[in-house]
Amino acid sequence: MTRQQLLDLYFMDARSKLIDIAAFLDRVDRGEGDADFRLDAFRKALAELNRGEPVRAKGVLMSLSDPTTEPIAKAPGKGAVGAWPGTGIRCE
Amino acid sequence: MRYIEPHGHMVSRVTDDYEAMVLAGCRAVCEPAFWAGYDRSGPEGFYDYFCQLTDYEPKRAAKFGLPHFTWLCINPKESEDMVLAKEVMALIPQFLERPNVLGIGEIGLNKNTRNELKVLEQHIDLAARHDQLILVHTPHLEDKYKGTRLILDAMKADTRIEPARVIIDHVEEHTIQMVLDEGFWAGITLYPESKTTPPRAIDMFEVYGGQRVWLNSACDWGRSDPLAVPKTAVEMRRRGHSDETIDQLVFQNPIRFLSQNPRFTVH
Ligand SMILES: [Zn+2]
Repeated sequence: MTRQQLLDLYFMDARSKLIDIAAFLDRVDRGEGDADFRLDAFRKALAELNRGEPVRAKGVLMSLSDPTTEPIAKAPGKGAVGAWPGTGIRCE
Repeated sequence: MRYIEPHGHMVSRVTDDYEAMVLAGCRAVCEPAFWAGYDRSGPEGFYDYFCQLTDYEPKRAAKFGLPHFTWLCINPKESEDMVLAKEVMALIPQFLERPNVLGIGEIGLNKNTRNELKVLEQHIDLAARHDQLILVHTPHLEDKYKGTRLILDAMKADTRIEPARVIIDHVEEHTIQMVLDEGFWAGITLYPESKTTPPRAIDMFEVYGGQRVWLNSACDWGRSDPLAVPKTAVEMRRRGHSDETIDQLVFQNPIRFLSQNPRFTVH
């Protein structure tokens, strides 16, 4: 598809999601108390959007991923929270 | 339109979903064994669940003329308890000859623990000994990338396993390439919040090709949409894909993989 056609199909949807992200960050700013590691991870992942090539989705996913390679001793619970407490992976 | 739903947890869905799927063009549904949303208290709970998957649920689907197939295992969310896992795996062989069983699944990892990995290796061995197809669940969110790598390593370590007989499900943009590069099939799951949306699924199809890819809704008791596959087919049309290309992805591809087990037939 042409860039023009893709804009016609998806611009309004992406615009709405972009404003939702801005409003989410504003809401968190207005909140009280400390934020956990997820906020930092989110901000780092946002930087992936500035890439000049079409690997942004992969870049965001990698930056939120556990970069370690060894299985862990015991499950801390069953769920996942969406971000890794350490530094995620920068994909090249 | 015609399509296959290759991954749907129908025991958690209402009967109206069967009707809606058939009206949308669904020609067969496949149900991997998974977590009930709570831990079952013992192997008897799994025995009952395997009876439900191989006896009761196919009858419920048949009321709508929909062929129902299934996959059996203890899911990774309950495989931290290795004693329970061993007892449940011992139950599986007696069900493998039932007419709607396609293979072992959805096995895999959840939090990437040592016990989960051991149980995964035991499932791989079970599948190899009984010459079964394998359907693999990859972990959620931050655990997916690491878990996918561990799963691929475990599969490759067992030389009896042919990658073309294994589907690695719930791939995303950071895991699809490694799965396809190693010769495995890749499943793309369409969810409202996590996993992928229809536009992203189509992006992956366009970027990585659709040779060894299927789409599924993985509908279950959580937020999910049993019509996610036909809705994505509609989105593919908006993206300019031909009816033949769409049919290939949502109908012919799952048939190509699943009919490696001769029990899988669609009319
Ligand atoms: Zn599932």
